[in-house]
Formats: sequence, C-alpha cells, structure tokens
Amino acid sequence: MSTDAAKSQPAQREATARPAPRSELLPLPWKLHLTVLLIALVYPFVFPSSFMLNFGVLALFYAFIGQSWNIAGGFAGQLSFGHVAFFGVGAYAATIAQMRFGFSPWLGLPIAALAGALVGGIIGVLSFRAGLKGSYFALITLAFAEVLRIVSNSVSITGGGLGMLIPMKPGAANLQFAERSGFYFLILVLVAISIALAEWLRRSKFGAQLAAIRENEDAAKALGINVFREKVKVMLLSGAIGGVGGCFFAQYFLYIDPLIAFGVDKSVEMLLVSMIGGAGTVYGPMVGALLLALVSDGTRALTQIQGLSLVLYGALLVIIIAYLPNGLIDLFARIKARFSKGRN
Amino acid sequence: MDSTIIASAAINGLLLGGIYTLVACGLTLIYGVLHIINFAHGSMLMLAMFGVYYLLTLLGIDPYLSMFIMVPAMYVLGYLLYKGLIGRLSSGKDENILLVTLGLSILIENLALMFFKGDSRTILVSYSDRMIELGPTLVPLPKLISFVVAMVLCALLGLFMQRTDTGRAIRAVAKERVGARLVGIDVDRIFAISYGIGLATLGAAASLMMPIFYVSPTVGHVFALVAFTVVVLGGMGSFLGAIVGGLIIGLTESFGGLYLGESLGQIGISLIFILILLFRPSGLFGARQ
Amino acid sequence: MLKVRGLTKIFGGLRAVDDASLDVAQGSIVALIGPNGAGKTTLFSCISGFQPVNAGRVELLGQDITGMPVHRIARMGMVRTFQITQPFAKLSVHENIAVGAYQRYSNRAQAWEQARAVAEQVGMGHQLEQPASSLTVAGRKRLELARTLATEPRLLLLDEVMAGLNPSEILEIIAIIQKIRASGVTVLLIEHVMHAVMSLSEHIYVLSYGKIIAEGAPQEIVNNTAVIEAYLGRGAAKALAPEQEASHA
Repeated sequence: MSTDAAKSQPAQREATARPAPRSELLPLPWKLHLTVLLIALVYPFVFPSSFMLNFGVLALFYAFIGQSWNIAGGFAGQLSFGHVAFFGVGAYAATIAQMRFGFSPWLGLPIAALAGALVGGIIGVLSFRAGLKGSYFALITLAFAEVLRIVSNSVSITGGGLGMLIPMKPGAANLQFAERSGFYFLILVLVAISIALAEWLRRSKFGAQLAAIRENEDAAKALGINVFREKVKVMLLSGAIGGVGGCFFAQYFLYIDPLIAFGVDKSVEMLLVSMIGGAGTVYGPMVGALLLALVSDGTRALTQIQGLSLVLYGALLVIIIAYLPNGLIDLFARIKARFSKGRN
Repeated sequence: MDSTIIASAAINGLLLGGIYTLVACGLTLIYGVLHIINFAHGSMLMLAMFGVYYLLTLLGIDPYLSMFIMVPAMYVLGYLLYKGLIGRLSSGKDENILLVTLGLSILIENLALMFFKGDSRTILVSYSDRMIELGPTLVPLPKLISFVVAMVLCALLGLFMQRTDTGRAIRAVAKERVGARLVGIDVDRIFAISYGIGLATLGAAASLMMPIFYVSPTVGHVFALVAFTVVVLGGMGSFLGAIVGGLIIGLTESFGGLYLGESLGQIGISLIFILILLFRPSGLFGARQ
Repeated sequence: MLKVRGLTKIFGGLRAVDDASLDVAQGSIVALIGPNGAGKTTLFSCISGFQPVNAGRVELLGQDITGMPVHRIARMGMVRTFQITQPFAKLSVHENIAVGAYQRYSNRAQAWEQARAVAEQVGMGHQLEQPASSLTVAGRKRLELARTLATEPRLLLLDEVMAGLNPSEILEIIAIIQKIRASGVTVLLIEHVMHAVMSLSEHIYVLSYGKIIAEGAPQEIVNNTAVIEAYLGRGAAKALAPEQEASHA
C-alpha cells in the first residue's frame, strides 16, 4: 500500500470515503429527541425486572460517561486515553465528602462535577500550554490517570488499596434507591442533560469553534479563535460530566477502589462507546453504550468466557476506524440516505 | 539508609533498565521509521511472555533458549500485522493509527484473558534461585543473564542498522521517506520489516523477562507505560536515547520503590513521563521540533 | 494601516526574511511578489503572528503587534489565508464560513446569515451544503477567501489565492478582490499571476532572498532592472533592453 501516493491525493480519497454531506452544526430534529426520551421513559415499565433495569442503568451510565469523552474527543478532537481521571476524581470526591465529612450524598453530584472540572482544567492547562496535541496528548492523559491511581492507592483519605465502601441505606435522601428504577430515572435525567449539552454544542458558537479547532487549529487561530482558552473550556466541561458519572457509579455500586476509579478500563470504555457509536455526534455515545451493554450482557449470558465482550469491542474499534471512522451513526445515516434515494 | 542498600538498588535498577532498553528499542524503531506510536507494544510483550511461559510449561524449553523461537515468531507476526492491518491505515491521521493500535491492544489483552485467565504466572527454572555477587550486593542469576543478553542484543541491533544493507535502508526511510523511495528502496517493505523487528525485540525481551517478572493479561498497560516513558525520555526514534532512557527508568523504578515504598514508588515513572512531555517532548536525544 | 519595519526571520543559518520593511495604506491593494522561495509566505507568517520574529516591528493601525498571538491579531482585523488551503474538511461550506462569521456575530442566526451572504459574494451560494473536503482547488481557495471575509476584516492578507486557478476563475477572483476593496477592506496579496498583480495593485513590493529589492507602482516595477534580474537572472535586463526599446518605439 503506497502511502505517499495516497497522501498526494487526500481530497479524492476523502470525497469517496464520505459521499453523504454531513451537517455537523445543524440542530437535530426535536422529534428524534422526543422519541428517544419517550422510549427511555417507558422502558422501566415495559421491562421492570431487576436484570433489565440493571441493563438499562448500565447502558445509560456508559452513554453518560461516553458523552464526557465525546465532548472533548469527538467534538473538539482532543483524544484522551485517560478520561477515567475525571470519573475517578468525581467518585472519590463525592464519596470522601459523604463518608469523611458527612456531607449529604446529593451534594456529591455538584462536588463531583467541580472536582472533575478542576482536574480537567489542570490537565488541560498543563497539556495545552505545552502545546501537546494528538498522540502526545492522549499519552499524557494516560499518565495523569495513572498518577491519580497510584496516589489514591497510597493515601489514607481514599482508603488506600482497600477502597471505600458506602453503607447501604436505601432512601432517596441518601442518593440510594430501594427500587432500582430510582437509579434508572436518575441516570436518565443525567443523560438527558448530557444530550441537551451536546445538542447545545451543535448549535452554539462554542461548538462551531471546537469543530474548527478539531479540523484545523492553525486555520481556527487565523480566524480569531483563542484555541488554548476554548480547549481548556472543553476540558472543564468534559471533566465535570465525567466527575458526575463517577459520583453516580459510587452511589450505585456502593464501592470504589483505585483500580475501579482510575484503572484503564473505564478510559477505554468511554472512548470505545463514543468512537464506535460516532464521535462528535449527539447520540453516538448512546448508540455505542447500548451496543456495549448488549454485547457485554449477551456474551455473559451465552458463555462464561471472561473478556469476550471486550475482544469483540476491540475488534469492532479496529474495524470502525478502518472502514467507518464516523461510527455507527454514520452507517445509519448512509443507509437512510440510500433508502430515501431509492424512494425518489 | 546505608550505602550497600543504595548500591544494591542502583545495581538492580541498572539491570532492570537494560531490559527496558530492549523493549524501548523496538518501540523507538517503529516510531522512527513508521512515525506511529505503537500502542499495542505492551500487550504484544505480554503475549510474547505467555508464549515463553507455555513453551516452558508445555514443551520444556528453557526461556533463554526459547528466544530462538520467539524472535522469529514475533517478527513474522509483526510483518503480517503490518501488511494486513496497519499498513492500510497509516496514510490516515496520526490519531487513527493510535486508535487502531489501541484497539489491537484491547483485543490482545482480552483474548489473553479469555484463553489464559486472569491469574499471574511466573516461571521457575533450575537456576532461578542462584545468586551472583556483584559488588556490594547479591543479584539473582537470571537478572544478570537477562541484562547481559539485552545489552548484547541492543548492540547487535545497532550493528545491524549500521552495517547491513537492510539496516541502512531502514535508516534511510526513517530519515527521508520520499528520498528513499526515489533511490529505489521499497519503502512499504521496509515498513513491514521495521514493524516486524519492533515486535521481534519483544520476543527477545519476553524471554529475558519471564524468569524475572510475573505475567498476567493485564500487565500490558504497565509495560506500555514504561516503554513509552523510556522512549519519550530518550527521544522518539533515538537508539542512544532508548539505552540511556532505559537505564534511567530502571534506576527510577528501583529507587522509587526504595524511598517511596511499593505502592507510591511506581509514581516515579508516570511523573517523569508527564514532566518530559510538558517540558521537553523531544526527549534527551530526539530531534527538536 | 500596516507598517512593517526591519523585519528579520532567521531559520538556523538561513535569513528567510532580511530586514524587510513595507507600508500598506488603508483602503489600498498592495502586492508582494518575488521568485519562489523568496520568503513571501514567511513574511506573511511573521506579520500575522504565526512565526516569532528575530528582529523588527509590525504595527497595525498604529498599534505594535509584533509577537502578539495569532488570534488577537485576527480579532484586531488582520486575517490571512494560507498558500496551501486549510479548510475545515468535515464541515460544510456554510459551516466553514460560519466559523469566520462567529467572530463578529455571537448569535447563531446572524452568523449563519452572514456566512450565506459572504458565500454569495464569492460565488459559492450554490455550494453551501457541500463538505469542504469535496471542493476543487478553486473552490477551496474561494472558501478560504470567504471564511476570512466573514470575519469582516480590516486588512486581508491573501497568500497566492489564485494559484492553480484557470484564466476564467482568475478573472472572477480579480473582480471579487476589487469588490472587497470597494467595501473598505485593505488588501495585501502575495501573487505569481502577473497580470492580476498588475491590474489589481497600486503598489508593489518585490522580495528576493528575503530582502525587499524594489517597490513602486506596477509600471515602475516592470521596468526595474533588479526585479527582472531577480526573476530571470543576471544580465537578463540587458538582454531584454533592446526588445523593450523596440516595443516602446
């Protein structure tokens, strides 16, 4: 495969690779949002079993934290391999506030958001000041997450390697729900907010500037965009969302430890659901999360083989990058376009 | 802390570093020639180590001898991987290859989880417990053997790059891709060969590491981070950098463990990585951007 | 509008720009010409903040902007295009131009309308939905121009905006540039297409090996010995002289 020849004709390659025009910055039809919302609202009544509710919660959870990655990685083009850092910081911040300082568990949500945003801001400022982009940025985020893992493993306020348990005290005041559907609706609200945020990004000046930064930083600068400032802003936002995800996770599972909070697995999952679903799209993470949850539960139900779902997912990532870089949503869009062409 | 403990830590660190050097050489070669960051490096090493493990437990082959099987096997794997997958995508954006190699590493790691289960393995050979006196300290014989062999292999690799035609072609492509093509070098073949050599070094490293380290499907991450840190510290694409970087990182790990304890000691490597990327991304010997 | 004094840019041992000075008066069209490799694009990069300078000073509207960050210079009203076009590939033409428009209008509807109007101005009104990556070279150049226009600049730095265009496309761009100037925008352009330079510019600077070797009105430049020799080599002026006299006679 001749790489130089391919490089000399980038325009042609791109044109054939993406035949359908993509309007990135136009709002999505409200009917779509309404339909998805209705389905999500009705789901727990149609499938009230514990197993199905858990499936729903996890799918929505991954959609939520996937959106955190998506905003930085998909919309703004800042690929990170260490997004778990925000998740973990949020989880620990909320849990520490509750367990060590006696704060109300509900306060954990804004605390986690702030903690995640703070870490996002720090990582952003440090990395972007140093001019890190692309692969180097991805690698440094990995290192930051690893540092946080080691620190949380070594200090007493986080419980060190033993982690932290939240005592089970069901009741809405404790941000724990006797009925699993309580958690379902909570995460649904969070996901709805994240979708609204992504939709706002599509329509706003900020979102347009992020898209410009993603596509071509120099050109963005030349048009007056303060690239550094906007990139830091997106890290703040992305970090906040990741943090809130961490708080939810801690309340749902009532346990966190350094590996869960800062291990590479979550970073990978946040990235995977977005890339496979469609990076830079509003519903990409949700599509990816649904698929992940399906594959995960499906493989667990059919076989006892540990790790099979991620094998499939890793393979899917490779295939998507190679053949469908805009993710599954792009595939759906193309199929739809072909159908409407067929009708006309 | 008395001087023998410090000296012991230093010697152990250097011995360890020598092995890291070998791992880093492959990574820096791949970057220098193909300009891709091979995120799958860590999980490939893990895979190779399992190879060594099973060659011993199933066929009774001594780990050091299994090098003669692992090196060509990994070379072939690398060559085929390049031809079949990586080569097709290397004309895209930088980040695409990173994601593909990430996907590959996820795939490999979880395949390993599926087939080998999650527990850690190590191997014991007849000479695992032999200790050799080295200055003020005693070191396990395998560690010493591994260090010496690693250094020899690095030297051989260096000679290969300097003296053979293929080595020269590789250096030419690394320096000036278009020019190399213009003088008739089959650049794509060189890419495949380089990727193959990159993985072959992992085959050798695995043989050297199995007697000393534990392996489990999840260690790929740790090795990847170490390898990246060495390469970034030494300078992407620089062999001298890989050697110096490897030794420094080995020392860092050793002293980190000594002064900060088992858990916090690991932080040294990640911190070095972050600091280098923030303040001197070209590393010690890399090309200034 | 723009004052450059003694600008020097050194890369390693090479003086890419050597003590260059130029003035661009408000409302004028000034051209920067010179043989390939003379340092014209480097000069643009230095002026617009993409490259730090080793010596010299750049003043925009009386304010010293030497070393200012690119985006602040752009906000002040000096915007540049790139010799190798830099479209936002995955965005549509409309979205591309809107990014420029957003500099002036924070409101989405206004930015979108501005983008549409500018697209019409440069003749891209029918291509709004096309992805930028599918445009031809001429289209991309036009897009580049439209994007910068959408920011409502005061001074436009155009870097070989006509390279790769066919004669009819060049005529269109010339007309567009004249309209731009008529609307009050100052233009500094790098160009190789000589007849365009002649018909558009009031003042020309000639750069060779990083130095400004001549400046003046188009007619003066054409007859300038140093300029001819910069392009055609030493002795070319003499060799051409009898021909020129014959054509004037």
